[in-house]
Amino acid sequence: MSIETKEEFRPKIVAFCCNWCSYAGADLAGSSRLSYPADVKIIRVPCSCRVNPMFILRAFEKGADGVILCGCHPGDCHYSTGNYYARRRMTLLFSMLDYIGVENGRTRVEWVSAAEGVKFSTTMNEFVEKVRSLGKNVRLEDLRCRN
Amino acid sequence: MYKIAKENLAALFQLIAGSRELYLPVKVSGQVNFRAWSEDAEVDLDTLKTVKSPKDAFFPQSEDLYTCRKDGKKLTVEPEALKEQDFVVFGMKACDVKGVEVLDKVFLADPVDSFYAARREHGTIVAMACHEPEETCFCKVFGADCAEPVADVAVWMTGEELYWKSLTEKGDALTKSAESLLAEADAEDEKKVEEEKASIRGIVEKLPYSNLSLEGWNGEALNEKFNSELWEELYKPCLACGTCTFVCPTCQCYDIKDYDTGHGIKRYRCWDSCMYSDFTMMAHGNNRTSQMQRFRQRFMHKLVYFPANNDGMYSCVGCGRCVEKCPASLNIVKVIKSFQNQGGDK
Amino acid sequence: MQELINRAKELLADGTVARVLGWKAGDLPYNPEPAYFEKEEDFENFVYNGFCGANLSKYMIEASKLEGKTLVCLKPCDTYSFNQLIKEHRVDREKAYIIGVGCKGKLDIEKIKGMGIKGIESISGAEITDGADTLTIQTLYGEKTCSYADAMLERCHVCKGKEHKIYDELIGESKETKDAERFDSVAAIEAMSPEEKFAFFQKELSKCIRCNACRNVCPACSCRKCVFDSNKFDSSQKANVDSFEEKMFHIIRAFHVAGRCTDCGECSRVCPQGIPLHLFNRKFIKDINEFYGEYQAGEDTDSRGPLTDFTFDDVEPGIVAERG
Repeated sequence: MSIETKEEFRPKIVAFCCNWCSYAGADLAGSSRLSYPADVKIIRVPCSCRVNPMFILRAFEKGADGVILCGCHPGDCHYSTGNYYARRRMTLLFSMLDYIGVENGRTRVEWVSAAEGVKFSTTMNEFVEKVRSLGKNVRLEDLRCRN
Repeated sequence: MYKIAKENLAALFQLIAGSRELYLPVKVSGQVNFRAWSEDAEVDLDTLKTVKSPKDAFFPQSEDLYTCRKDGKKLTVEPEALKEQDFVVFGMKACDVKGVEVLDKVFLADPVDSFYAARREHGTIVAMACHEPEETCFCKVFGADCAEPVADVAVWMTGEELYWKSLTEKGDALTKSAESLLAEADAEDEKKVEEEKASIRGIVEKLPYSNLSLEGWNGEALNEKFNSELWEELYKPCLACGTCTFVCPTCQCYDIKDYDTGHGIKRYRCWDSCMYSDFTMMAHGNNRTSQMQRFRQRFMHKLVYFPANNDGMYSCVGCGRCVEKCPASLNIVKVIKSFQNQGGDK
Repeated sequence: MQELINRAKELLADGTVARVLGWKAGDLPYNPEPAYFEKEEDFENFVYNGFCGANLSKYMIEASKLEGKTLVCLKPCDTYSFNQLIKEHRVDREKAYIIGVGCKGKLDIEKIKGMGIKGIESISGAEITDGADTLTIQTLYGEKTCSYADAMLERCHVCKGKEHKIYDELIGESKETKDAERFDSVAAIEAMSPEEKFAFFQKELSKCIRCNACRNVCPACSCRKCVFDSNKFDSSQKANVDSFEEKMFHIIRAFHVAGRCTDCGECSRVCPQGIPLHLFNRKFIKDINEFYGEYQAGEDTDSRGPLTDFTFDDVEPGIVAERG
């Protein structure tokens, strides 16, 4: 375990995880004692399709430095097709964020099944590292929410 | 009276900004609005009307009132400080200045709005005569004289010079602080300013709206105007956006809201618009349920309710911003004219 | 225009339609307003010229609730919006009698004023029947001229074509106005660095006064109650409190109409602060075309919109980062 100095930037990460696959994947990661940074705050949603663009923006507004959406692999959605719609939406939203100048490493979608505890943990580790390298989110921040 | 060469204006702004905050028309992405001066700001004194009126300087579109902060079980409430820094608003027009008079009636009447009062106290207005009035202007109808604005300082821009005349104590103080750049004007200059005034007044006479009649619009006309069937027809193209209210120098309605910052609350107030469906929303719902009623509210307020409560003063100053900006080309002039025509038919 | 008036009067007289939705001449040379005409004498003020830019499909949402048919004058680009509204069941085809009116490009008074032309008394050359390429403008400060094309709205320079997509009859000639590529402006921004992009939008959006004109004029924005009008929504809907608010509003506004936006350009036309709002909408259209195949909203009344559709092998959101 590394000793962190006070100055080191710890990004706040919001992870939206679908109830059926990715949340269970996170569970598996936990019970398999795979570690991922505590900076990741998981919000469980019924389906990746439940996440609308406002959720992502709102997370950034309230101080998130990165937002990741995890759902069932395409073809495996508990509701058959939810993740297909989510996929299109997120593609367009991420492209728009990129277009207005928000660093595109701050957003990510990853398909994680209930059996992929390892994938969950590596994804989160990677993502946190990426966001850490980008630094604090200032372009999509609401100054009123600053401490 | 004093004068300064136009080419020295940048130096004048720098000098003023040295001791006070300075707000003036600045062009950003093609649009001119009142903004804080900075060295690299593109100051534009030639555009007649800023998109938004300068009322922001005294009554900002949104301002915090207080902040509640939660720290464990401890709750702190910090009221927002009142304006303490002196500031100058440079380049307001006669109509805009009159707009501030209207706001004064609202915010300086008992109970006095302390945020507004503090800004009024610390603000100095430098008003500029309108070199070339435009077809959308009708300030004359509401008694403003754009050739000779009345404020702390009045300025005229003609040819290569800007003429400067202080009219109040605040104006004198500002003049004193800018003394090093201002030169005494002579009789010749006085003559030039008189010529400029005459020329402006000549143009104003020719403006299409200058002869608009306000006959029949007063505090007594309440029932007759309110119950008119014309509103049903007039409001139809209205899209219910807030453009007219947000560019208006006299619209003074506001809403107070709370914003959850995650670690407390920020209570702020922001301009409201009678065009919006949640205007004056109360626990029991809304007392204006249709767009017709909301549309009517705007004009009745400006031309009937306000004069009824303020010794006949209208809360329209004829700046013509709504005429220019309404997406559906509706405006107060069309409303006044429609009632006039209807009266003529009878 | 006379042909249009005559035909409208005829249809009104024989009871085919109960009212006519067109434009009424304003009190200045350039401010006609959308208006209903129900009696023959009302037509004195009927006008159709270069300044009639308003997309009347939006008004048909309300008109569809009225008794009887409404005759509506639609320009070619307005018909896309009408089709889209039919698809979304927001207008009633049976309640509309559509006269497709010719279009030779619509004028933008802001552009004319931007050329320093002020004190406008009259404008000639804006009539739809005029062949003139030049506008002659009488002002208090002398006569001015400007070319018709220079005074045109941005949307007309990238016109989708002068073909009406839905109509009952056509009146009037059209003239091609396209002289630029629709997605060039979007591509120019895409080519910027993230810092430049951010600076560009920050500057543009800093002008936003939250008047909601872009939303309210939009034919695709037809929700009875907008999420930004909800009093349970703690993001303020009528104040420019923090720059985040403007970004949120404009992204969500454009996103909500993504795949449904016909690119009619009304949002940019009405913005009092001249924010090029179409750049948001058009970005989504460009992405949709690139990722999911060419799609033009309002082309027809029954195809599935790209965001209510999918294929098994759609691109992954990671593509945004990959293409750099």
